[in-house]
Amino acid sequence: MNAQAEERLFDLTRDDDQRMNQDTMQRFATNEIRATAKDADEAGATPEGFYDKTAELGLSLLPIPEALGGAGMARSPVSNALNAEDLAWGDLALTLGAITPQAFVNTVLDQGSDAQQEKYLPRFCEGIFVPATTALMEPRATFDPMQPQCTATAIANGYSLSGSKCMVPLGESAELVLVIAQLEGKGPAAFIVEGTPEGMTRTREDHMGLRTLELASLTFDDVQLPGDALLGDCSFDLQRFVNLSRLGLCALAVGCCQGVLDYVKEYVNERVAFGEPISNRQAVAFMVADMAIELEAMRLMTWRAASLAEQGLDFHEQAYLAKVACAEHGMKIGTDGVQLLGGHGFCREHPVEIWYRNLRAIAILDGVASV
Amino acid sequence: MIQLEISDKHQETYNNARMLAEHMMRPYSRKYDKAEHTYPEEMEEVAKLLAGSRSATTDGGKSDGDTSAVKNGGNMGATIGMQALAWGDLGLFLAIPGSGLGNAAINAVGTPEQREKYAKAYAAMCITEPGTGSDSANISTTAVRDGDEWVINGEKIYVTDGERSDTLVVWATLDKSLGKAAIKSFIVEKGTPGCEVTRLEHKMGIRASDTAAISFNDCRIPLDNILGSAEIATDDAGRKKAFGGVMQTFDNTRPPVAAMAVGIARAALDMTREILAEEDIQLDFNKKPSNVSAIEAELYKMESEYEGARLLVLKAAWMADNGQPNSKEASMCKAKAGRMGNYVTLRCVELCQSLGYSEQRLLEKFARDSKIVDIFEGTQQIQQLIVARQVLGKSSSELK
Repeated sequence: MNAQAEERLFDLTRDDDQRMNQDTMQRFATNEIRATAKDADEAGATPEGFYDKTAELGLSLLPIPEALGGAGMARSPVSNALNAEDLAWGDLALTLGAITPQAFVNTVLDQGSDAQQEKYLPRFCEGIFVPATTALMEPRATFDPMQPQCTATAIANGYSLSGSKCMVPLGESAELVLVIAQLEGKGPAAFIVEGTPEGMTRTREDHMGLRTLELASLTFDDVQLPGDALLGDCSFDLQRFVNLSRLGLCALAVGCCQGVLDYVKEYVNERVAFGEPISNRQAVAFMVADMAIELEAMRLMTWRAASLAEQGLDFHEQAYLAKVACAEHGMKIGTDGVQLLGGHGFCREHPVEIWYRNLRAIAILDGVASV
Repeated sequence: MIQLEISDKHQETYNNARMLAEHMMRPYSRKYDKAEHTYPEEMEEVAKLLAGSRSATTDGGKSDGDTSAVKNGGNMGATIGMQALAWGDLGLFLAIPGSGLGNAAINAVGTPEQREKYAKAYAAMCITEPGTGSDSANISTTAVRDGDEWVINGEKIYVTDGERSDTLVVWATLDKSLGKAAIKSFIVEKGTPGCEVTRLEHKMGIRASDTAAISFNDCRIPLDNILGSAEIATDDAGRKKAFGGVMQTFDNTRPPVAAMAVGIARAALDMTREILAEEDIQLDFNKKPSNVSAIEAELYKMESEYEGARLLVLKAAWMADNGQPNSKEASMCKAKAGRMGNYVTLRCVELCQSLGYSEQRLLEKFARDSKIVDIFEGTQQIQQLIVARQVLGKSSSELK
């Protein structure tokens, strides 16, 4: 990361580690994710043992300091985004589930105190999947990620937390939940909630997509938290958290859309109508061309924002614009994916309808998948 | 290492060109938009300054002999400079002496002698004919060898800089029955007997740039003025390669042309955000797009489209700088930038309402100028066709 010392050059080349990772991730995406995604979506649950297999990829432990049992690699938003992209080619929802603990780890590393890192991170280094998650969204039509209404009040020896969260990934089973709330008199703050303390209820949510993600709403009714539940020194940088999460969501959209493009490419080349492959028609071929063009733009915008973040530079605007692009064009690619397969795309024998339902979530989600 | 900021050197290129655009082009934007076909003499000074800065800039990247190192070189530099100059005024940019596409063609495929001889030429490109647009393999202008000379006959239209240039690069066929393998390009110096500018087009935009119709009647040029080989390939592979060589010029010229759209879009966005700021409409890149006003949401969307196009242009140019085949990416960036530039400039006019539509400001002019970028150097649809063929692995006979 001494790019500053050398001449800074525009470059789209993955480094050696990223290239090696790409192989691993792509193989996993094909063999473990794509192969199980459809059944998992129908069952509304992850396949038995799936998350434990993802733990072997070591996504969460890489940036954890060696002293805490991790690999002690420099935290890399670019590498994290690349991994998410390559995995999401297999399935967006399963991938989001797999990287959800990583978002918790990243945020604790980013904004947590040394004591909190020592307390919570070693358990992520034992090669098993630790269900941990982040909870920002709230059930309102006009919810804004920068204005959570869940509130925390300072009480003797700690805090009292009240309010509702929704669309929390792994929300039913997460052992650790990072809850974002307004700390009265202070502003946005994050609290680590362990287990299910008194006053907290978890309710499974069913949505049009992301059906394997075990999304849940969490309600807090005067939940008492100890003083050290407050992440860091009470000046939680919500904007940074939201921005890093936008990068993760964009990477997921890029990966999923690459899956759509690769799938329809094959289909339109094989499907015959009027005596020739439908891809011989411009009406079909131009849709595919536009998919490829917009997908590449989404990817470059995501990479640029992630690279700025990695260099410690301001990436606020670029993360926002990347999410605008990924929400808009990602959904367009999702809907065109179904359209190009016609009635076949609408039926569940093909995965494009899953991708259509999952891609709708990109515009909506915030505060998850932080890289 | 994945890193998408441009180098300091290229940032400097941009800043310098942008300064020039702001002070030496913008002030004349309206003047030459009104006075169509008038020679914009003020651009001679711009040409001098640009030539100076070009010779001062050596190729970017590492020059220590490490050929594996990543390069940010001339192709990237050209698109970056172009963005800044098109921000100033696209019509005037196209009217800068020496900026012609013919120069690019001579530099790309000319012999060292030809490159040297025409180093200071102002060379325009003659491809399109009244009956042949996007299907450039179908041209009818002929070149016939007669002793030590080529004899050119035919009619060319939409020649940018056709009148003001001193040199023309002309596409002609040696034998139409042999198809695209027989298409070659020739250097014709203006003033050669038989070569005549017959008409100047009146256009909706880029009115500072002259667009000419040129006819060739038994126009005789030296044998050496052919670009590339005079041989006509006889087998399929050779034929494909021969025309492919001609078409390859486009891989180099499409990213800079796409960069024009990026530059105009930036100009329109800058002006629109300035106008709207006076009414306290400003972007904080914060609230969700679904929660902001329609006008803010539209600004975010335009900024996002702009950024996507800009990065696609940089990618295509970066690939060229690093010796990677970029035909698909060149067309991708041209398609995206072309439609983005048109969409953004038209929407900016709409958002600013009467202020956008009025000739008192330049937004309406940007909206007129931008349309051509989605047409010349390959229309939107031609780019889609090229991208589609590559993505789908189709030949031009399968996907027509």
